[in-house]
Amino acid sequence: MITGFITFFTIFAVVGAILYGRKLIKTEKSDAVFGNPERAKGGIHWVVVGSSFLLLSWLYYSWDIAKSFYPKSANELCQVAKVNESLLSLKYLFPIVERQHKSTAIIKRENINIEDKIILIQNDPDLKDQDKEIFTNILRDTKLMIPSLTDERYLEDNIKNTINELTIRLNQLTTDFPKDSYPKFTTEEEDEINEGLKKQLGWGATGMEVPPLPESKRGLKFHAAAAELNSISDEFFEMRNHNPEYLRQSEAIFGEIKEYMDGLDDGRELDYIKDIKKLVRRIEYASIFPPKTLDELENAIRAFDKVQNNEQGNLRTIDILLFPAGTIVASGPQCSEAGPGRWLPKPSDTFRIFGEMLKPSVGYKMIPMLWYEMMGVNRIVGFVLPDWIADIMPGKYPVHNQDGTVDPNFKSRMLDIVTGEFEAFKIPVPTGHIWDSFLRVFLGLSLGIIFGVPLGLFMGLNRFAKGFFDPMVELYRPVPPLAWAPLVITVFGIDNVGKVFLLFMVSFSIMIISARAGASGTQLSKIHAAHSLGASRWQIIREVIFPNSLPEILTGIRVAVGMCWGTLVAAEFLAGTTGIGFVENVARKYMQYEVIWITIFVMGMLGLLFDITIRKIIDKTIPWRGKG
Amino acid sequence: MSDLVSQKVNMIFKSLKGEDVHALKDITFTLKKGELLTVLGPSGCGKTTLLNIAAGFLRPTSGSINLGGKEINGPGVERGMVFQQGALFEWLTVNENVNFGLRMKKEDPIKTAKKVEEWLDIVGLKGFGNTPTYQLSGGMQQRVALARCLINDPDLILMDEPLGALDALTREKMQSLVLKIWKETGKTIILITHSVEEALLLGERVYVMAPRPGRIHKEYKLPFASRGLKGDLREIKNDKEFVSKREEILTMIWDMEEEIMGKEI
Ligand SMILES: Nc1ncnc2c1ncn2[C@@H]1O[C@H](COP(=O)(O)OP(=O)(O)OP(=O)(O)O)[C@@H](O)[C@H]1O
Ligand SMILES: [Mg+2]
Repeated sequence: MITGFITFFTIFAVVGAILYGRKLIKTEKSDAVFGNPERAKGGIHWVVVGSSFLLLSWLYYSWDIAKSFYPKSANELCQVAKVNESLLSLKYLFPIVERQHKSTAIIKRENINIEDKIILIQNDPDLKDQDKEIFTNILRDTKLMIPSLTDERYLEDNIKNTINELTIRLNQLTTDFPKDSYPKFTTEEEDEINEGLKKQLGWGATGMEVPPLPESKRGLKFHAAAAELNSISDEFFEMRNHNPEYLRQSEAIFGEIKEYMDGLDDGRELDYIKDIKKLVRRIEYASIFPPKTLDELENAIRAFDKVQNNEQGNLRTIDILLFPAGTIVASGPQCSEAGPGRWLPKPSDTFRIFGEMLKPSVGYKMIPMLWYEMMGVNRIVGFVLPDWIADIMPGKYPVHNQDGTVDPNFKSRMLDIVTGEFEAFKIPVPTGHIWDSFLRVFLGLSLGIIFGVPLGLFMGLNRFAKGFFDPMVELYRPVPPLAWAPLVITVFGIDNVGKVFLLFMVSFSIMIISARAGASGTQLSKIHAAHSLGASRWQIIREVIFPNSLPEILTGIRVAVGMCWGTLVAAEFLAGTTGIGFVENVARKYMQYEVIWITIFVMGMLGLLFDITIRKIIDKTIPWRGKG
Repeated sequence: MSDLVSQKVNMIFKSLKGEDVHALKDITFTLKKGELLTVLGPSGCGKTTLLNIAAGFLRPTSGSINLGGKEINGPGVERGMVFQQGALFEWLTVNENVNFGLRMKKEDPIKTAKKVEEWLDIVGLKGFGNTPTYQLSGGMQQRVALARCLINDPDLILMDEPLGALDALTREKMQSLVLKIWKETGKTIILITHSVEEALLLGERVYVMAPRPGRIHKEYKLPFASRGLKGDLREIKNDKEFVSKREEILTMIWDMEEEIMGKEI
């Protein structure tokens, strides 16, 4: 309903914006020539067209439009798929899908096989002449056996009757199928179907699966016809044209084979005879009938196919138009979306699931996406203060008394404080997947900046530092960060420490390089000026070289944020129990395409947010950039 | 006496090819306290090198420069420097640039602020204290550089083409300013310039240097600077004596330049 409305709205928006744009071009007095950047300014209407186009493509290719306007279509197409599937094996018997009758094709193929095998046997130098003779004879006999299957005279009456019966059943189905009264169910059967329907969830409720039970009158028709067709084809393929003449010949052949094989050891001879046996068996199981025997059946199938195609009605058009780049029919009786509908989630489902995940009580895997929890200040204090503070306090920890109590003293009270075991008020702290990812990036980046910038500046100023640290940095920096992940995770654990360290490695090298470039790029005259003004070494570093390197450092931070973000998501993919990357990894395992797309979206937005923030900071802190 | 005494200063650079470049050869001169020396010469004759040695940024290959009897072997607050492009700290405001030296000495901020105001007044930048320096024009930046150097009360002021990047009008104003400051503070000043006119106008003494090896080619003692203090600079420029001196020096420099070109071809 909403999707339908949005679809119409976006189409109107596109048309309206295009018309407005054309009108503007006509009325605008513009002396701008091609290439004038002025001409690229403005044009919100084209933004509207662009985003509407994107939204429409999404709606269309995720089959959300089909779902919105024809909610029953997927279910009905699924029933059509059932009929197709049931009909297919029967159709293969005749030149409907294939070029030849199946019997013809088999006879042709096996004749060729027999001739090839004879030539192969005759030309095998390792085979005894005696064996060659036996093999060739069996093969010749097999070839001579085929006419026993194709000769009308040998065809038994019961086979004829069965084929007739099946043909009549098919014709009956063909006449009944278009009727309104079809299918007729007993009340029991009807109840059973209704019971199933009650339990059945809607289209999209189980991801890319389409509900398999028919939900409409038309669907029910196809569903019932498919069942009847299945029964017909099962009966047909159970039937074998094994008349007495055929049985006589084939028993003789199998007897010869058995006689030869008795007591035969492994070797070429065994391989040959097994091959020959397989060939004879293939002919045994193939549905070979005399020509013309199945003509009536063929006509019946063609007639039904035509009728069922007619009965599909507008479903075929919907399938072609609204299920782009794929179809539900292709998945057969499985009833799942096969095409972009499978991996491109519908906007409606995506937003519904996103809304659901944002609820702190739901989240993903019991952890909210972004929320807060109340945490006692004591826990924070206990986490921040190292425990050894209590150890270095004067005195000794108390010993228990005779009456089984312990009197706290100053030292033990101190221990309570540094371990966080005291009563305190609670403050809200953020939690959740998004927060965890953010915190890791933030910590890794901060550590990288805190250690990388001073070292980088030092390396830019000091020959020893540059020479000494260069090999270290240059050895690990060119390695893709993820290549370090297995090692880092082994050493520091799969939890926060490992990931933060990995991100520290990423940002550290970037910060070193940018700070170094900034330091060595300081104009000599500025340093000279500072010297003449009486600045000490330390003052020169702090007051001249550092601010002068700020543009480079901030650009470095901007690059590092991007790199850290990318590395983090991949690292969370590898291991861990929280974070955006973790969410995507789990969603991948369970094929929750909506969640995958949501995480992609969230990551994109967060990355953009980081970049915009840093750009803002850069504009604020170094307004002189490029103007010095 | 805090005279500037240069004794047989030699400076030899190694070029990238490993050849010796004799940038300065046996530079010997004495500059009395309160004198204004301008240095002229073709490009590459070692003017900047000389100034850098005087500032203490470079150590001469041989010889020495003494200020007030003490040998110079490093930069110091008693020798202020003004660079061609100002070399201002663009991340600081005008105030912060001017009081940079005092801040480094950790002087009382209140006293410092007063001094800064005085100096901004002198160089004509009153009210610009809180402007970021990257927003200033070239002439204003040079004024800030001047104030930043002078606020430290140096004995010797070294200026390397301080007015080189300015337009004619601003330049003239700045020349008056330099003269005014020279008179009011009585500082010893060495000013390097490419403009013969400027050298003659400002210099009590003028050295014309010659290249390869860099040496003092000719020395002039001139009255124009003291006249410029009282009168209009433009009047002096049309003075007959001034014009003839200017032509003489210009011809001299042209000859030197031609000689260099000849050598190089
Ligand atoms: N660090 C250095 N290494 C090698 N040669 C140098 C170095 N500095 C200066 N020189 C050389 O010394 C000579 C004098 O240079 P200097 O910069 O003092 O010239 P200048 O008179 O200031 O020229 P300009 O008027 O163009 O500024 C030049 O030939 C220059 O190539
Ligand atoms: Mg120079």
